[in-house]
Amino acid sequence: MALTVKTFAAVSDALPALQAVGARYLGGGTLLVRRVNEGDISISTLVRVSGPSLSRIAVSDGRAIIGASATMAAVARHPDLAFLRPAAHAIGGPAVRNMATVGGNIFAPAPYGDFAVALLALDAAAEIAGKPITLADLIEHRKQNGGRIVTAVSLALPKPGAFRFVKITRVKPNGLAVLTIAAVIEERDGVVSAIRIALGNMADRPIRARAAEAALVGRPLTREGIGPALAVAGDGAAPADDAVASAWYRREVLPVHLGRLLLAKG
Amino acid sequence: MELRKSYFADERNDNLREIGAPRPRTDALAHVTGKTEFYADRSFPGMLHLKMVRSPHHHARIRSIDTSEAEKHPGVVRVLTAKDIPHNLYTVLILIQVGPEDEHVLAEDKVRWKGEAVVAVLAETERAAQEAVAKVKVVYEELPAVLDVMEALSPGAPIVNERHGQNYYHYDSGDSRKVFIGDVEAGFAAADHLLEQTYCSAPIEHAPTETTGCIAVPEGADRFTCYTNTQAMFFTLDNASIILQMPGHKLHMVGGTAGGAFGGKVDVTTEPIAILAAKLTGRPVSFAYSREEEMQISSPRAAERIVIKDGVMKDGRIIARKVACYVDAGAYSRHSPYGAQKAAAHFPGPYTVPNVLINAYCVYTNRTPSSAMRGFGVTIGDFALEVQMDKLARLVGMDPLEFRLINAYRDGDMKAHRQKAEGTALVECMQEASIFANWPIGERFKKMSSLKREA
Amino acid sequence: MAKVPVQFTLNGAEKAEFVDSGATLLTLLRTKAADMSVKGGCHQGACGACSVLIDGELRLSCLTLAEAYDGARIETLAGLAERGVLTVLQTAFADHAATQCGFCTPGMIMAAKALLDQNPQPTRNDVVEAISGNICRCTGYEPIIRAVLSAARANAVGAA
Repeated sequence: MALTVKTFAAVSDALPALQAVGARYLGGGTLLVRRVNEGDISISTLVRVSGPSLSRIAVSDGRAIIGASATMAAVARHPDLAFLRPAAHAIGGPAVRNMATVGGNIFAPAPYGDFAVALLALDAAAEIAGKPITLADLIEHRKQNGGRIVTAVSLALPKPGAFRFVKITRVKPNGLAVLTIAAVIEERDGVVSAIRIALGNMADRPIRARAAEAALVGRPLTREGIGPALAVAGDGAAPADDAVASAWYRREVLPVHLGRLLLAKG
Repeated sequence: MELRKSYFADERNDNLREIGAPRPRTDALAHVTGKTEFYADRSFPGMLHLKMVRSPHHHARIRSIDTSEAEKHPGVVRVLTAKDIPHNLYTVLILIQVGPEDEHVLAEDKVRWKGEAVVAVLAETERAAQEAVAKVKVVYEELPAVLDVMEALSPGAPIVNERHGQNYYHYDSGDSRKVFIGDVEAGFAAADHLLEQTYCSAPIEHAPTETTGCIAVPEGADRFTCYTNTQAMFFTLDNASIILQMPGHKLHMVGGTAGGAFGGKVDVTTEPIAILAAKLTGRPVSFAYSREEEMQISSPRAAERIVIKDGVMKDGRIIARKVACYVDAGAYSRHSPYGAQKAAAHFPGPYTVPNVLINAYCVYTNRTPSSAMRGFGVTIGDFALEVQMDKLARLVGMDPLEFRLINAYRDGDMKAHRQKAEGTALVECMQEASIFANWPIGERFKKMSSLKREA
Repeated sequence: MAKVPVQFTLNGAEKAEFVDSGATLLTLLRTKAADMSVKGGCHQGACGACSVLIDGELRLSCLTLAEAYDGARIETLAGLAERGVLTVLQTAFADHAATQCGFCTPGMIMAAKALLDQNPQPTRNDVVEAISGNICRCTGYEPIIRAVLSAARANAVGAA
């Protein structure tokens, strides 16, 4: 059957259309329209919600609320989200960044989804029908999303310098990730007091490096201090072989890149 | 740019007007205004889209093809199989008597590579064609496949193409193209050192930004215009004429403009079926490779396996060279018999070696048929030869540039092809390179000359 | 199949077309608006040959739904030269051998235009970033980078 597009003004109006077989929710189109172009005939309806509210970015009282339709370019140029610029800038090239949305990136399959890695490390919450769900829960169950629509993500602004992000690519400046690492690190009295590390392209979805996190609490960010964490950096990871890198290679270089990220000065 | 006029000064003609002066491309103005006409930059009312059903198996017998559901799909105008093709057996180089014809436009009883075209679907929209492709039912019986040249050549290997009867091209001169002079075994016996190394390359895809494709338009009076991005207009016209059993004057190929090709648009893959479809439907037909088809289906540069065995003296002279080169043609010949022939001629390298034996084989495997790409037959061979030269230099403890200067051919040297070398200039090129790259060479080497070999 | 009306301006001219629902902007521009200067290379968003400006922003028309941009201001390569007079950027591409087969050129020039519109004096790195979504299989990119920097310098001299 021919492809149709259904456009709604409000999210609530779009939900019934999303229940139909072959219906998919359209963000920026960088992944879905691509699949249609590539001949994916399982997609028969694109459901979209127009209107500026889904693109709004609000930053106040130490929290940021980013509309699911906000583009990577909008995030990258927002004056109060400078810490997120490396993550937003890691997505595609200039044109893709003008199109790709925050919401779409959460559902992007590996090797994509680098911005979602940042959101996971930031312990962001997604808003669905007005209710929050942690990003970790959302990502864990995203394949069985059941036609629900994410309208925004919210997160606590990290302390200055606490958020770190790196996307390792073979092609620069714009390439698919070998792997991506995002971390939010808090230190007190010279040792790590709290830490979250999220990994991209080390599994079929962004994951937390929980073993490495546990091995860093109470340790100093020195080469010696981070040793035990690097040894368990890949615990729970299941990287894939793909055209960019082999699973073996990803496992080999993960501790190297994590080490560099942890030891980087300010 | 500087011209080194001191070299071969007495042979020089200094009436140079073009060399060294900038010259803008004649098509630059059209490119930067977007006016250059690529084949698809045309609209035709009623144009149909052609999508292919392709083999999912490396090697399989076709048991049955059922197109009934596809034919009924809304928007589908026609579905074509092998029986619709007037002369469904071709090979590009038959035009210069390099046969046999071994390839089908649409597969008949067998598929020989993953991606081989089996059924062509013509529909009003691309989407309808894609949906109808999914409705074509082909029953295959999988066969063992060979995906490596040495496996393909081993005894008992499954035969890829019965028209050849064995998994290598049979030349008029035998099972390989050969170049030989002297006695390599005697040379190896007399050598101070021997070095045998194997070099391998993978298939390489040209990946032009514009994919392969054409639009065929019926003009009435049984004539057809085909807008195409082929690099080989006459190959395409003449092979289409043979395949479609249509006189050449009924076919008008329009093109010569490709959005990148690099040798990847020299096979006659889209035009015959598109023209046939235009003839049978009476409508313009577009057959454009998708990006996936361009990367996976269109011919790549052949993978090669090259074994070089050299006998070298302490003083740096290579006295014996034996090369076995296996070109992976994939499932069909296309240009590979010619590529392997070029390889054979190329393999001694630009060096004077008194005892040479080269065998270049065009080998069939169940991989994507390979074809031309930027110096095919020669480029990968050069990689192997020059890495080997570096290794030989290291083996005898010499500088790699000086090692090459010793072995470079000079005027009057007998080449392995049994022709005397003339007009050589490799020595001088390397001497100039040594200055330009700041890679010093000894005085003895600075004095060498292509005009004669020093004592 | 449902047809959807789309009104837009293309290089300053008002246009109104009916497209199949779900058609991309690339299809609309090439088949309805007869603007063949926009190219389709991959249809995956990887090559950038289809790059256009929508309301001044660089976008990939192969991934853009035509009906999502009713009312938009669209600019393509075909609209750059005015009455046959090339822009500084186009001249720079021609002069620096920044175009060989020509297929990436429309997208490449639009990406360069998007850069120079925002950042008239880019660094080399800015140029590399700006064209990082455009693939060229012929030139090796250096002539393109030189052309864009040269155009920026020429603009500065012209404006001075």
